[in-house]
Amino acid sequence: MLLSTLVWLPTLGATALLLLDRRDTRRLRQVALAVTTATLVVSGLLWIGFDRARPGMQFAEQRAWIPGAGISYHLGVDGISLLLVLLTTLLTPLCILSAWTQITTRVKEFLVAMCLLETGMLGVFVALDLFLFFVFWEAMLIPMYLIIGVWGGPRRVYAAVKFILYTMAGSALMLLAILTLYFIQDARTASFDYAAMMQLRITPSLQVPLFLAFALAFAIKVPMVPFHTWLPDAHVEAPTAGSVILAGVLLKMGTYGFLRFGMPIFPDAAVRLAPLVVGLALVGILYGAWVSTVQSDMKKLIAYSSVSHLGFVMLGLFTFTAQGLLGGILQMVNHGLSTGALFILIGMIYERRHSRLIADFGGLWAVVPVFSAILMLVTFSSIGLPGLNGFVGEFLILVGAFQWSWPAAVLGTAGIVFAAVYLLWMYQRVVFGELRHEENRRLPDLNAREIWTLAPILVLIVWIGVYPKPFTAVAETAVADLLQVVRDKRAAVPAAWHASGETTPR
Amino acid sequence: MTAGLPILDWPALYPVLLVTAACFACLLLDATPQGARPGVLAATSVLGVAGAVVVSLLLWDGPVRSFQGMLVADGFALFFNVVIGAATILVLLLSVGYLPRLGVAAGECYALVLFATIGMMLMTSGTDLLVVFLALELMSLSLYVLAGTFRARPEGHEAALKYFLLGAFASGFFLYGIALLYGATGTTNLTRLGTALSAPDATRNPMVLAGLALLLVGFGFKASAVPFHQWAPDVYQGAPTAVAALIATGSKAAAFGALLRVLIAMQALQADWGVALWMLAALTMTIGNVVALAQANVKRLLAYSSIAHGGYMLVGIAAGLGSGTPAVLFYLGVYAVASVGAFGTILLLEREGEEAVDLAAYGGLARRHPVLAFGFTVFLLALIGMPPTAGFVGKFYLFSAAIQRGLVWLAVIAVLNSVLAAYYYLRLIVYMYMREPEGAPTTALLTPAASIALAASAWVTLQLGLWPGPVLAMAQRAVAPLLP
Repeated sequence: MLLSTLVWLPTLGATALLLLDRRDTRRLRQVALAVTTATLVVSGLLWIGFDRARPGMQFAEQRAWIPGAGISYHLGVDGISLLLVLLTTLLTPLCILSAWTQITTRVKEFLVAMCLLETGMLGVFVALDLFLFFVFWEAMLIPMYLIIGVWGGPRRVYAAVKFILYTMAGSALMLLAILTLYFIQDARTASFDYAAMMQLRITPSLQVPLFLAFALAFAIKVPMVPFHTWLPDAHVEAPTAGSVILAGVLLKMGTYGFLRFGMPIFPDAAVRLAPLVVGLALVGILYGAWVSTVQSDMKKLIAYSSVSHLGFVMLGLFTFTAQGLLGGILQMVNHGLSTGALFILIGMIYERRHSRLIADFGGLWAVVPVFSAILMLVTFSSIGLPGLNGFVGEFLILVGAFQWSWPAAVLGTAGIVFAAVYLLWMYQRVVFGELRHEENRRLPDLNAREIWTLAPILVLIVWIGVYPKPFTAVAETAVADLLQVVRDKRAAVPAAWHASGETTPR
Repeated sequence: MTAGLPILDWPALYPVLLVTAACFACLLLDATPQGARPGVLAATSVLGVAGAVVVSLLLWDGPVRSFQGMLVADGFALFFNVVIGAATILVLLLSVGYLPRLGVAAGECYALVLFATIGMMLMTSGTDLLVVFLALELMSLSLYVLAGTFRARPEGHEAALKYFLLGAFASGFFLYGIALLYGATGTTNLTRLGTALSAPDATRNPMVLAGLALLLVGFGFKASAVPFHQWAPDVYQGAPTAVAALIATGSKAAAFGALLRVLIAMQALQADWGVALWMLAALTMTIGNVVALAQANVKRLLAYSSIAHGGYMLVGIAAGLGSGTPAVLFYLGVYAVASVGAFGTILLLEREGEEAVDLAAYGGLARRHPVLAFGFTVFLLALIGMPPTAGFVGKFYLFSAAIQRGLVWLAVIAVLNSVLAAYYYLRLIVYMYMREPEGAPTTALLTPAASIALAASAWVTLQLGLWPGPVLAMAQRAVAPLLP
C-alpha cells in the first residue's frame, strides 16, 4: 500500500485544494506544501525500508483492473526507480516553495496542476504494467501543458503546444509497439504486465522495429538530438516550477524508459543499435555545449546545457557496463539537482530584476553575496568539479565509455571541458566584474524562504560529491540485474529463436 | 407455404413502443389549445426514452425475435438501444432551455426527435434489409425536418436541403443494393442471406459484390465516411446544435450498428469488404482531421472531428469480425457521450445574442466559467484520446484490434491521425485557458437540465476511462453470439 499512498497522496491533496477558498492563497500554498512534503516523507519510508541487496521489484502491489484484457494495477520499485521517485518527491515541494511569490494568478489551479503532475510522474516511475505506464505517461502531459501554457512567458502557448504534440507524436508509435508485445504472447496468458514482457523472447529482426518505436518516444523525452527542439522553448517559456520539473524529472522519464523497457525487453536491438544511440548522445553532448556557449538568455543557456548533460547520461547507459550504467543513473539524479537549482536561482533573480539576459547583470557579488555563493556552488556541481556530485557521475560514465570505445570517451571528456567554458563564462559575466547597471544596485539578497528552498539541494550536492555510496548502493543491484538479463537473453537468442514459434506476431 | 397470422413477440418491441408512446403523448400535449410547456414535453420524452433504456437492460438475457425474424432484440440491438437512448436523453435535456431561446415551437421538435430515435433503434434491431431501410428512412426524414428548424436563416435552409438531397441519393444507393442482393440470393433476410452466401461460388457473383458496394455507399453517407461526407459540415453548421449533436451521435451509432449487422451477415465476403473498409477508414480519418485543422467555426470543427471519429471506428470494422467489433461498440458509446458533451457546451454559450461558434468567443472562458470550461476540456481530451478519459481506452481497443489483425499500417495511420487531431482540440483548450477574453463577453445560459446532462456526460467520460471493464464486457457479450 505504500506505493499507492505515494502515488495518490498528491491527487488527494489536489482534491482538498479544490475545496478551499481560492482567495486564501496563503492557505492554499500551505496545504500544497504540506501534501507534497508528506509525499516526500512517504518516499523516505521507501528509502528506509528498501532492501538494497535484493534484486527485482520491491513494495510490489497488484490488483485486477481490466481483467479481460490482461491489464492490472501493478506497482513496484527497484533501485533505479527509487532514486527517481526520491528526486521527484524532493523537487515538487521545492517547486511549490519557489513559486511562493512568483505565481500570483490562478494560484489554486497552479497548485492543483502541480499536485496532479506529481501523481503522474510518480506513476510513471512505479508502474509495472505497460498499459498503466502509458496511462501515466500520457496523463502527465496535461498538467504540464497547462503549467507551461497558462503561467509561462510571452511565447507560452507556442511552447506548450509544441511540447505536448512532440511528446504525443513520440508515444503514438510506442503504443502500437506495446500492443504488438501483447499480441505476440500466448493468447491464453497474454497480459500487459512488465514481468510477462520481460519473459518474451523476441526475434532480433522484430526487436529492431519495436525498440525503435519505444526509443522514439524516449528519445523525444530525453531529448536526444535531433528530437530536442521542443526543449529550449518549453524550458524558457515555462514558469520556474515548470522548468525545474521539466529538467529535473520529465527528461529522466526518457532515460528511465530506456533502462526499464528499451534495454531489458529488446536487448539485441539495444546492443546492436548502441553505436547509433551513443553517436547521437555524443552529438548531443557537443552540440548542446556549443549552442549553450552563445546564448544570451540564462534560462536558454541552461536549457541547452540539459541537452548536453542528458547526452552524458545516454552515453553512460548505452555502454552496457556496470560503471557506465551506474554513472548514468547517478547523473540523472545529479542533473535533476543541479539544473533544478540553477532554474530556481534564475527564477529568483528574474523575480527581482525581470530579466534573464546575461548582459543585464554583472558585479552581482557585491550586491547579492548569498545568491552569488549558492550560484557558484551549483555551477561547479553542474560542471562536475571534484568533491561535488556532478564529478562522481561523469567520472563513472567516462570509465564505462572507455571500456566501450575510447574515442567516445575522448569526445565525452571534451564535452566536460565545454561545460566548464559555457557555465563559468556565464557565471563570470553575471557575478564578477563591475556593477554596470544601476537597476542592479538595489537588488535584495535571498530571503530565508529562498535559502531554505535551496538548502536541501545544496546538502545533496555536497553529500553525493563526498560520499556517493548510499546512492550508488541503492542502484547497484538493479544495474547488475539488468546487465545479467541482457547477457542471458542475448546468449539464449539463437536457440530459443529456433526452438519456439512464439516469436512472430500471430 | 401457408399464410397465417404473423406471430408477434411484443417484448422485442417494448423499447420502441415506449418511445412511440412518449412521442404520441408529446403530439397530443402540444395539440391542446394552450399548448404544452417545454418542460412537460421534455419530461415526457425523457421518461419515454429512459424507459426504453431500462427495458433494454431488462431484456438483456436471451434474444427475442419478432415479426417472423425481421426484428430481433438481442444483446447487440439492446446495446445500441442503450447508446442511442443515452445520446437522445442528453440531447433532450440540452434542448429544454435551447429551443425556447431560439423561438422554436417545441412540440413537433420533441416528437421528431423521438421519431428519429425510433428509427435509430429499429435500424440496429432489424434483421431484414427492408426493415433496416424503413427504419433508416424514418430516422432520416425526421432528421431532415429537424435540420431545417432554423426556418428564418439561410443556413437552416441550406442544411435541410443539402441533407435531404444527399440523403435521398444515399437511400437510392441503399435500395438499389438491396435489390441486387435480393436478385442474387432471393432474400432480404440477413440470416438467410448469410446462409446463401456461404454456398461455394456464391461470393464470386458480381451482383452480390455490386450489391455490397452499393450498401456500403449508403451506409457511408449515413456514417459520413469520406468520400461521402460533404453534407456533414454544412448540416452541422446550419442545424440547431442540439440536432447536430443527435446527427453526430445517434444517427452515426445507428448507421454503424446496421452496417455491422450487414457485414456480420456477409462475413463470407470479408476479404472483399475488409479491403474496402481499410481504404474508407484511412481516407475518413485523414481527410476528416486534416480539414478540421483549418476550421475556425467550432461547429464545423466538431463536424470534421466527428467524420474523423467515424474513421477510427472503421479501423475497428476493417480489423474484421473478432476483437474489433466489441471495440467499435465501446467506442461508439464513449464517442457519443463525449461528443454530445462537446456540442452541449457550445449550445449553452452565447455571445451578442448569437451562438458562440467562433473560436475567439472561447478566449478566457476558463476564467469566466471555470466549471463549464473544465467540462469542455474533459470532452475534448476524450476526443483526443488522452488518458484518463474514456477516449483513450476506446482508441486503445480499436487500435489493438487492428494490430491483432496485423493491420499495422492502418494502426500507424490511426495513431498519427490522433496526434494530428490533438492539435485542433488543444487549440480550443488554448483559447479557454491561455488567452484573455476579447470583445463582447461570452455568457453561459445554463439550465438545470443542461447542467445535469453535461455533468452526467463528464462523469461517464471519466468513469469509463478509469473503470472500462463492465461496459467493455457488455460490448463483448453483445457481439459474441453473432460472431463466428
